[in-house]
Amino acid sequence: MANKIVISADKCVGCGVCETTCPFGAISLKDGKAVVDMEKCRFCGSCVDVCGVKAITMQKEEVKDAVDKSLYSGVWVYAEQRHGEISSVVYELLNKGAELAKSLNVSLSAILIGSNISSKAQDLINRGADKVYVYDDPILAEFQDDPYSCILADLIEEEKPEIVLMGATNIGRSFASRVAAKIYTGLTADCMALEIDQETRNLMQTRPAFGGNIMATILTPRHRPQMATVRYKVFKEAPVQEGRKGEIINKTINAQTIINRTKFLGFFKDSSADVNISDADIIVSGGRGLGNPEGFKLIRELADLLGGAVGASRAAVDSDWIAYSHQVGQTGRTVAPKIYIACGISGQIQHMVGMSSSDIIIAINKDKDCPMMQTATYSLAGDLYEIIPAIINEIKKI
Amino acid sequence: MHILVCIKQVPGTTNVQIDPEKGTLKREGVEAIINPFDEYAIEEAVRLKEKVGGKVTVITMGPPQAESALRQAISVGCDEAILVGDRAFAGADTWATSYAISTAIKTIGDFGVIFCGKQATDGDTAQVGPSVAEMLNIPHVAYVRKIEEVGENSIKVQRMMEDGYDLIEAPVPCLLTVVKEINTPRIPSLKGKMAAKKAVIKQLNAQAINADIKQTGLAGSPTQVKKIFTPPQRKGGQMFEGEAQDIAVQLVQKLKENRLI
Repeated sequence: MANKIVISADKCVGCGVCETTCPFGAISLKDGKAVVDMEKCRFCGSCVDVCGVKAITMQKEEVKDAVDKSLYSGVWVYAEQRHGEISSVVYELLNKGAELAKSLNVSLSAILIGSNISSKAQDLINRGADKVYVYDDPILAEFQDDPYSCILADLIEEEKPEIVLMGATNIGRSFASRVAAKIYTGLTADCMALEIDQETRNLMQTRPAFGGNIMATILTPRHRPQMATVRYKVFKEAPVQEGRKGEIINKTINAQTIINRTKFLGFFKDSSADVNISDADIIVSGGRGLGNPEGFKLIRELADLLGGAVGASRAAVDSDWIAYSHQVGQTGRTVAPKIYIACGISGQIQHMVGMSSSDIIIAINKDKDCPMMQTATYSLAGDLYEIIPAIINEIKKI
Repeated sequence: MHILVCIKQVPGTTNVQIDPEKGTLKREGVEAIINPFDEYAIEEAVRLKEKVGGKVTVITMGPPQAESALRQAISVGCDEAILVGDRAFAGADTWATSYAISTAIKTIGDFGVIFCGKQATDGDTAQVGPSVAEMLNIPHVAYVRKIEEVGENSIKVQRMMEDGYDLIEAPVPCLLTVVKEINTPRIPSLKGKMAAKKAVIKQLNAQAINADIKQTGLAGSPTQVKKIFTPPQRKGGQMFEGEAQDIAVQLVQKLKENRLI
């Protein structure tokens, strides 16, 4: 039996709710009745739920599992390191991973790949890992997709975890894709919420889609492991428990046979990215409303005064007013500082999705009705070139 | 060199808005465009051809309407275009999409560098490029912001990272996903527009690429969409209006009260 969806023309009243609800644009109204475009339908069932007259029926094909899921057990976190330092997103993943592992009643493992990195294994145990698999070899000093993806894919096939979490970093997003392709399993990008469905043990992975306009909950129901990359700063870091007990498993690689087709020739630091905006407690961001690149001088003055970092909207970056490394939003960084000050940023959904988890949002804008002003904790209506200098003066008085 | 570039047609996302009353996605008037990141991939492919010679073939997987994206790619310098399309591909996730595209590329035969945009603006996964490389058993470099050198059998590129860039040398054939820093895409020339009009788009269906139907489309997709919802909106707070000086005083007072500064 194939998937089937039928809209009863008798029952359909042509209200169009299903048309606007369908995330895939698969439903349209023809002659006052809803019609499904089977090329686009993904049988998600959203339309069935919203139809007020129960005109839509859907039957989903029962498909057999691709693997014997009972063989897969345990939650894994890929312990990403860059230049020998563990990325902070790893500690966030260990926190969430521990919660998922507890809920499934399984263990939490971390996978550490690098060179001269073994000393970091205990840190991962202190942050909640029960087991740490360590691959420590000079060949692995710098991240390259080939060896890293081979190691992780091989270990997954050997040990069969049910869940593998990775940071949605440039590294994570690049080689997680290769691993999932190798072992034929599902990979959900950029997750912002993770939960276990107790009945099926499936991981419910929620991520933004369509530029953050909607959230989609994704399952990998028939394949294992369930792989997900997770955004920074959506989960709190796992607390440190000094001297926590865990198992460290040292693994070796065969340097002669490991696939390694690219050559790492060097790292060149971006001096303007000295302050990593993902880690900042205070961010002052500028957008199109600055009017010109000079506006960022004022933004930087306020940021420096507050000990914060400078952020930017995509509009400002696209206008070449500031480097891309400062961009906050869907195609830039996700941030969640204690204070986010949005200056001349109207608040397109793509920007909002990258900063809306900030504790306090302060908006400065002439347009009182723009989305940023409507959602900020404190909205300051007026000319930012008058308000920001006034704020700077006030703070200097403290 | 036979250079390939993989593109995707996406909704022009700036037009995608939430209906304030129903809280659902407004689709009226949303035009289909080439994924903005893919425009940089097309431009870089054409620049590489102009440097080393050869031809550029542009590939997309999608419905028949995606042909317009391919013609647009020809108007800016691609030589040939392939539309990989079949009902069996409908509902594909990134795995099944990568399978169909890589299987199609295998039927094309010899190729040098494959370009992709770093991600598409509708799904934002950045997964298809690296997955296609894996399925073709070639290396890839993601987030490429500059090609430094092209040799006979290798290419040296800058890979953008959060803290700067890595310099990576990859053998050819390989796949590169590019970021927007890499170039400024050209505007189609009159000659290009004529070529786009006349171009014959090669159509490849599941049978033509010898695809295993069990691995395509919804059936071949490991991930499934369980539900879709509108994200909870942050509630608005306090509005300050009037003289800049007064506003600043009130704000700083608030921040002090809350021990934020």
